[in-house]
Amino acid sequence: MKKTKSISREKIKKIANLAMLKLEDRELDKFTKQLSSIVEFVSQLNEIDTKKVKTTSQVTGLENVFREDKVFPSLSQKEALSNAPSQHNGYIKVKPVFKDQ
Amino acid sequence: MNLSDLTISQIHKSLLQKKISSTELVRCSLDKIRKLDPKIQAFLTVCEDSSIAKAKKQDEKIAKGEFQSLISGIPYSAKDVFSTKRVKTTASSKILENYIPVYSATTVEKIEKAGGILIGKTNNDAFGFGSSCENSDFQITRNPWDLERVPGGSSGGSAAAVISDMGMFSLAEDTGGSIRQPASFCSTTGIKVTYGRVSRYGVIAYGSSLDTIGVIGKNAQDTALVTQIIAGRDKKDATTLKDKVPNYLFSINAGISDVKIGIPKEYFISGIDREVEELVQKAVLEFEKLGANLENVSLPYTKYAVPSYYLSGISEVSANLARYDGIRFGYWEKDAETIEDLYLLSRGNGFGEEVKRRVMLGTYALSSGYYDAYYKKAQKVRTLIKKDFDKVFKKVDMLITPVSPTAPFKIGDKSENPLKMWLSDIFTVTINPAGVPALSLPCGFTKKGLPVGMQLVGPQLSEELLFQAGHAYQKATDWHKKRPEWLNY
Repeated sequence: MKKTKSISREKIKKIANLAMLKLEDRELDKFTKQLSSIVEFVSQLNEIDTKKVKTTSQVTGLENVFREDKVFPSLSQKEALSNAPSQHNGYIKVKPVFKDQ
Repeated sequence: MNLSDLTISQIHKSLLQKKISSTELVRCSLDKIRKLDPKIQAFLTVCEDSSIAKAKKQDEKIAKGEFQSLISGIPYSAKDVFSTKRVKTTASSKILENYIPVYSATTVEKIEKAGGILIGKTNNDAFGFGSSCENSDFQITRNPWDLERVPGGSSGGSAAAVISDMGMFSLAEDTGGSIRQPASFCSTTGIKVTYGRVSRYGVIAYGSSLDTIGVIGKNAQDTALVTQIIAGRDKKDATTLKDKVPNYLFSINAGISDVKIGIPKEYFISGIDREVEELVQKAVLEFEKLGANLENVSLPYTKYAVPSYYLSGISEVSANLARYDGIRFGYWEKDAETIEDLYLLSRGNGFGEEVKRRVMLGTYALSSGYYDAYYKKAQKVRTLIKKDFDKVFKKVDMLITPVSPTAPFKIGDKSENPLKMWLSDIFTVTINPAGVPALSLPCGFTKKGLPVGMQLVGPQLSEELLFQAGHAYQKATDWHKKRPEWLNY
C-alpha cells in the first residue's frame, strides 16, 4: 500500500493537466501544500486491515435497473443549443483540435 | 401577517377558508426578501413576477373550488443546484453563472404540479462543496441569528431563507451534511432521506453514490409533508427505490413509546463544545420522558468516516465535474486558441478554489498507481462504516447525535484551512456512506443565543419513524418556534 507523505509540485502540475485545470503558479504552490496534508490525513485509512473486505459503491443493493428500448421525445435542437456559447448552423462549434502550424 | 407561527397545514386551511390568499402569502415572502435579504444574502435569484402570476392563478383555482394539494399556493425556495426551467441555475459557481436550464428537476416538477410556488434560488457553497456558504462564487450568506456568523453549508441559503420566512420551505441537497448542518445552524428542521428515496434527476451532481435530495422546513410536520410529495420512484433516476412511500403525515402523531434510542459513544467525544453536548444530552432526556428507552451503543469505524467519505466522494466529484468544459453550456474562455486551451482555461477560470482543490484530489485518488491505495481503500472502509450501522440497528430503532461539534462559527474562522472545515462535518459525513436517513432538529441555544441541533438517525427507509420522533419532540418543546428577534419588523 503506497504511503505518500507529500506530493511534488511536478506531480500537482501533471494532475492539473489530467483534470484539465489551468492553475496559476501561486495556486500550484498552495495546492501542493494543501493536497499533501490532505493525502497524509486520508492515509490513516491504512490503519485498517481491509484485505477481506468488499467495496461498497451502491448502498441500497439495486442492480440492473433497465427500461424498455423505446424512443421518447427529448429536447428540441433549439433547446439543446440554447446554452452553447458558440454555434453554427445548428451545430455546436468547437475550437480547433490542432493548432495552426 | 406573521407567517412565522403558522404550519403549512394551518396555512392550507386558511387558504381554503379564504382567510388569506396565495397572492398575499407570496407577497409576504417577497417583502421579507426585499427588506431582509440585503443583510442576509440568502437568495441568488428572486422570481418576483412569475411567483405573483402563479399565486394569482392558484387563487383563481381556489375561488372556483378546485381541488388543492396541501402545498397549493405555498411559496418555497430551491437551492441553486436544482434545475429550474427558464430560471437561472448556477450551483453558486462562476462556471454556470449564466446557465438557464431547459428542463426542471423531477422534484421541482412535483412541487410545481402540487401548486407550490417558487420564489427564488438560494445561495450555497459552489457545487455543494463546503460547510459554511463561504465557497459561493457570488456572495456569503449570513446566519440570521448572528450576521457575523455562517449559516452553515452547503445549503446555507435555504436554511437562512426558511428561518427568515422567505418561503415556507426549501428544497435542498445533502451529500455529507449539507441539509442537516445548515438546518441546525439556523434552527430549522432538515431531512436527509435514505439514498434513492427521492429522485436526483435534474439536481447538479456532487457525489452520485452519496447525494440525497431533501427538505428544510420550519418543523418536522412541514418537512414530512413536503418529503411525501417529492419522494418515490422516478424513471429518470435509476437509483430511486421501488418501495412505496408511506403517508408520513398520517402516522406522524404515533409518538415514541418503547422506541429504542441508541446513544453512540463515538459522537460524544472530547472536542465538542460543552454547550452543544449539554443541549443534546437534555434532548436525549426529553426523549426518555416521552417514553423512549435509551441504550449506549458503539459505531467503532466512526473516526474513519471523514477520510473515507472525503476520499470516495471527492473521487466521484472529479468525474461529475468533467462535464463543465465550456462547450455545451457554462462559462467558456472565448479567446482560447485550441480545444485543449478551452478546457484548461474555462475550467481554470470558471471553477473556484475549493472546487479546483476537490477536483485535483479526486483526480489524484483515481489516477493510475493510486486508485487501489485511495479510492478502492475508501470504498472498502465504506463497507465497514455501513456494517456498523447495520449491526447497531439490530439493537436499537434509531440513534441521537449532535449535528455539529460547535455552534455556528464566525465567517472566516475556518475558510483558510480546508482540513479544519472538513473536520467540522465529523458527525454528518458518517451517515451518507451508509445511505441511511437522518432528521436534524433544533434543540436549544447557547448562552450567546446561537442555535444548536441534534440529528435522529434511522435504518434505511425509516423516515416515518424519524418524523414521528421529531414531531413528538416538537410537541413537547418549542425550540423550533423561536425566531431571531430583529426579523419581526
